[in-house]
Amino acid sequence: MSEQPVIKADNLSLTFETNDGPVQALKDINLEIGKGEFVSFIGPSGCGKTTFLRVMADLETPTAGSITVNGVSAREARMARAYGYVFQAAGLYPWRTIGGNIRLPLEIMGYSKADQTERVKQVLELVELDGFDRKFPWQLSGGMQQRASIARALAFDADILLMDEPFGALDEIVRDHLNEQLLALWTRTQKTIGFVTHSIPEAVYLSTKIVVMSPRPGRIADVIESTLPKERPLSIRDSPAFIEIANRVRDGLREGHGDG
Amino acid sequence: MIWIVGVLVFWAVAWVLNLRMARMEASRFTAFAVPALFGITLLLLWEGIVRGFEISPVLLPPPSAIAVTFSQNIPTLWGDFVQTFVKGALSGYIIGCSAAVLTAIAVDRSPFLQRGLLPVGNFVAALPIIGLAPIMVMWFGFDWHSKAAVVVAMVFFPVLVNTVQGLQASDAMQRDLMRTYGASYPQALLRLRLPAAMPFIFNGLKIATTLALIGAIVAEFFGSPIRGMGFRISTEVGRLSLDMVWAEITVAALAGSAFYGGVALIEKSVTFWHPSQRRAR
Repeated sequence: MSEQPVIKADNLSLTFETNDGPVQALKDINLEIGKGEFVSFIGPSGCGKTTFLRVMADLETPTAGSITVNGVSAREARMARAYGYVFQAAGLYPWRTIGGNIRLPLEIMGYSKADQTERVKQVLELVELDGFDRKFPWQLSGGMQQRASIARALAFDADILLMDEPFGALDEIVRDHLNEQLLALWTRTQKTIGFVTHSIPEAVYLSTKIVVMSPRPGRIADVIESTLPKERPLSIRDSPAFIEIANRVRDGLREGHGDG
Repeated sequence: MIWIVGVLVFWAVAWVLNLRMARMEASRFTAFAVPALFGITLLLLWEGIVRGFEISPVLLPPPSAIAVTFSQNIPTLWGDFVQTFVKGALSGYIIGCSAAVLTAIAVDRSPFLQRGLLPVGNFVAALPIIGLAPIMVMWFGFDWHSKAAVVVAMVFFPVLVNTVQGLQASDAMQRDLMRTYGASYPQALLRLRLPAAMPFIFNGLKIATTLALIGAIVAEFFGSPIRGMGFRISTEVGRLSLDMVWAEITVAALAGSAFYGGVALIEKSVTFWHPSQRRAR
């Protein structure tokens, strides 16, 4: 299978103009993400991992270099609704029910009424929220809200899922559970996933590829291909292979800090 | 003398009773009874003092006299109400508020209007209504059209400012989400910006209800047909029949409260999701 990469960044740089002068958020990023990969971006704050995800989503525009998504520009990919985006906070609209929130992208993209109802039902089952479609977001716990926001990003036919620290604000137990669910979901849907995180275990547990980034300017310090099998119970986190990868990630992070 | 003593005794009894009820567990009954008793006490105090000290009815008629006048003049009061409230205030309110919301959307889209129109609106809002009303009467005639025009001028600005502010209320993440869906401007406006703006818009609409009533009444002082609440107030003052003036004021107070309450009720059903409105649901 020699397919073209889903995401390809070529010498990509991004400089923000701020009141204190220009800030280089990303510098000479070169990266390819293949179809069906689960790629984590990890690094300290200010390393540009979120910015890079936003560049893929055409929410930021690079100032140098280029990026292609599905072989076209990021903007064209956005207009073709190529990806679903999950933000740090659930960001559900409080005036809509859970079902209404998931229906929102479907309405905008012009899916038929019957199709909307069917899809809402499907994705709610997928994130184990069936029966909650008539509740309002503020009646649900933080973890359930975040699951609903994932369901919202899954409801339409986008083959890329971009997630920006989706579980950052949740406690450890909920997080483990959602990580497991996310892996199962990824196996079932065959989506390409870009995932930003602060947590080394989370990155190693989830990913087929881990991109370690370092700050000032934001750049890629290391790219680690995971050797873990696709089938991953939570207990895999105690295996020697897991710990070895985690150590390599930690070294990458430390190096980034050392010469910074 | 008997009036004053009697009323003071009633006041003391009602006071004690209300204190007791206020200390009781809050229920539907106490929530209604406490303010009702307070209002009744005020009216009785008024009645007793006016009668006891034999105050001239030109200075302050007793509530009972006002009630009698009210009940004897219901057709007149109703006619005045329709003329001033329904025709003048309500139509002006609807025209002014809709125009303000539409203008706010235009202002929101165009930075040019934002810089050009808002200061002009500010300037218009600063114009005293007393100066504006006679001009409107000259332009639009004695009937309710000129009153509606005054009301439009009065309600436009507060609704405009609140709506402009409300349209900026959605946060960056919610707007980014719309971008990731590739939503068009009207889609984002209808599904995100306007719903998020509703609490602000209703703030403006509520302020505008009282302004509308004031505007419609005051504008009639500068020329009107021989009916209308403002017309009645100014002519009856001239005839020293203050009981009729007070009856008109009662009508204005009732209409104003009902107007405000109605808008607040609509607000409650539209912005049920807002933290300030969430309760039992």
